[in-house]
Amino acid sequence: MLRPCFVITAALLFLCCLVYPGVVTVGAQALFRDQANGSLVSRDGKVLGSALIGQSIADWAAHPEYLWGRPSAASNDSATNITYSSGSNYGPMNGALLDEVKARLLLLRGSGVNGPIPADLVTKSASGLDPHISPAAAELQIPRIAATRKIAASKVRDSITSHTEQSTFGFLGEPRVNVLLVNVDLDRQAPYAAPPPAASAAPAK
Amino acid sequence: MSARFYILLIVFFALVASVAWPLGRFMARVFAGTNNGSRKVGWPLERVLYRWAGVDPNREHTWKGYVMAVLGFSLLTQLITYVLLRLQDTLPLNPAKLGAVAPWLAFNTATSFTTNTNWQSYGGETTMSYLSQAVALTSHNFFSAGVGIVVAIAMIRGIARHETDKIGNFWVDLVRVHLYVLLPLCLFYALFLVSQGVIQNFLHPTTWGTLDGATQTLVQGPVASQEAIKMLGTNGGGYFNANSAHPFENPTPLSNLIQLVSIFAIGGALCVTLGEMVGNRRHGWAVFATMTLLSVAAILVVNHFEAQGNPLLSKMGVDQTVSATQPGGNMEGKELRFGIADSSVFTVVTTDASCGAVNTMHDSLTPIAGLVPLLNIELGEIVFGGVGSGMYGMLIFVILAIFLSGLMIGRTPEYVGKKLDSRDVRFASFYILVMAVLILSTTSIGLMTEAGRAGILNTAATEISGAPWKPHPHGFAEILYAFSSAAGNNGSAFAGLTAYASDHPAFYSVTLAIGMMFGRFLPIVAVLAIAGNMAKKKRVPPSPSSFPVGGGLFVALLTGTILLVGALTFFPMLSFGPIVEHFQLAAAASVAH
Repeated sequence: MLRPCFVITAALLFLCCLVYPGVVTVGAQALFRDQANGSLVSRDGKVLGSALIGQSIADWAAHPEYLWGRPSAASNDSATNITYSSGSNYGPMNGALLDEVKARLLLLRGSGVNGPIPADLVTKSASGLDPHISPAAAELQIPRIAATRKIAASKVRDSITSHTEQSTFGFLGEPRVNVLLVNVDLDRQAPYAAPPPAASAAPAK
Repeated sequence: MSARFYILLIVFFALVASVAWPLGRFMARVFAGTNNGSRKVGWPLERVLYRWAGVDPNREHTWKGYVMAVLGFSLLTQLITYVLLRLQDTLPLNPAKLGAVAPWLAFNTATSFTTNTNWQSYGGETTMSYLSQAVALTSHNFFSAGVGIVVAIAMIRGIARHETDKIGNFWVDLVRVHLYVLLPLCLFYALFLVSQGVIQNFLHPTTWGTLDGATQTLVQGPVASQEAIKMLGTNGGGYFNANSAHPFENPTPLSNLIQLVSIFAIGGALCVTLGEMVGNRRHGWAVFATMTLLSVAAILVVNHFEAQGNPLLSKMGVDQTVSATQPGGNMEGKELRFGIADSSVFTVVTTDASCGAVNTMHDSLTPIAGLVPLLNIELGEIVFGGVGSGMYGMLIFVILAIFLSGLMIGRTPEYVGKKLDSRDVRFASFYILVMAVLILSTTSIGLMTEAGRAGILNTAATEISGAPWKPHPHGFAEILYAFSSAAGNNGSAFAGLTAYASDHPAFYSVTLAIGMMFGRFLPIVAVLAIAGNMAKKKRVPPSPSSFPVGGGLFVALLTGTILLVGALTFFPMLSFGPIVEHFQLAAAASVAH
């Protein structure tokens, strides 16, 4: 009983934990190198992020020039600085949920949104790293971004459209806008320098 | 409710059935040793291994021998994992320089992965090194899946054989399930996941500056190889804290669909294997149909309530309409790419099976949608189920259903040519009681102790102004869910519950581990005891008065038995939790501003 137990455990450990991940890693690096290493987005050799990972903007009001993503419950771990994925885990009647949603609604209204506000823009995602927002949530931000960057609304809309994915095969998943890619695109097309605090200096074009 | 939801549902079950049919037949051959094609490659390896291990592949175990081998193997591998986690800081492949895993947490985690539960009291990215993920944890993703499958096979052998006391050789079964089923499937599956964006490397964590001047540091590592077996083996323990909601684990709607199919693949295939091995394909498909029925019903309920959204948010002016330009519904704790439909299906599938991976935070579900995964777990995860454990759990219900029907018409109950005797029914009842007693008693302990209640996130402290009630039932549900998940070896959670805190390290670590251990191994003993008892019996030739185990009547009886047992056992608990909460939410929506 002991000999089979030890020998077979050792053999299976060798196969499942050494050979298998090794073969998958070699195969992945050979066939899908970009995806295997995190689908990174870089510009001028500098990594800006990953196309799959949403970057939450801590203070939306300070960055009217960017497309805002979904609120996030992710955080940076204090010991290691590693980004820790997380949802809020708020139940539907949790007072904190209601307070936070209310605050975001106020902020959006304050930024000039009058129409309906889509649920995805005021609720936290499951991972805290959701890279997407809905097309409706992107659409309502166009006037603000265009005004801040002093560009035509159609330019912003074009950028959003070109980074919108539809449901796969028409029935899998939701139509979605990749927030980081839109923002990188906007920064490339219409670089924006924030006005110095408490001054109304003209932003760079 | 969107049309794409119904298409998704149909495509999903069509895919499960079309994978189950060939895979189930193949598995029947593997465990009979007649998979001639693949054995040409595997047999030389098998032969060497059996020689080294001193295993004679032709000498089979009695049920007691099988139990001893299962327990010995599980204990040894659990110890290995514990030691690896405790020594993490001294071992290689730890670029983030993470410390050793704390003692209680390591104990809880080793138990959790050994029992196919994969409950996680920790967040993967800040706790586990690449080595711990790939060896200490992934090993159990394979092993616990393998053990579940071979126990189910041993039980089916017991049903299929007659006048013998042997139900198979555990070591041979274990080697074969890895060599011919799990490893080859995972290899292709992992590469597919990488093509979708799941990472697979051994790079250092990558840091970048974000647009607003902060930083993000994303852990890298061998995720795809772990993700594949995590889903296929219905383990569910995520590489990252957010599990299958994390874009590096489940990046696209297509990866999500395939993950869904892979959760049910082996569970569905075992229905076909059952039909093949007992020589009654109609029976196999009847079990498959029962599972599909229960699953579809649950998915419809979850999708319905989630698409409705949270009435309190509607009151505040949030637009939760499901439309072509937004997912709508209850989006708290959901990923945009999955929306309501893909999330609802996942929520049900992961708890029908004993998977427990999540692409949605279950704690944030609307009350009735949160009730469904809880009930799924409490019914014993027999709807496709954990790999193996779902099948043997369902066979227990089959025995009960036949026994009850026999009582009703006053005939000796008989199952595929075997007369059921009191020993079979006693062990089947024991199986059912283990789950009920474990869940109800551990939940009570959690509720009655300070340490238990300290873990709750959604407490009465977060009261809604204007509402006359405090949302207590959700905190209760968090504790009930945790102990149900542990005893049911599921591993999903109402994750607001803090199950490991440095000032309360032991309470949940120990109580959940007890639930997981008894919830895994007591049923396995009962199942193998039934297998041994059934194998000894003479076969009665089929006659016109034999009990039909295929067809609609059988499906109805089986479904009825499952719901009756489950409802009677757990309905009171559920009414204190999600059901009360449902009415509170509706009432609060009518008073809140």
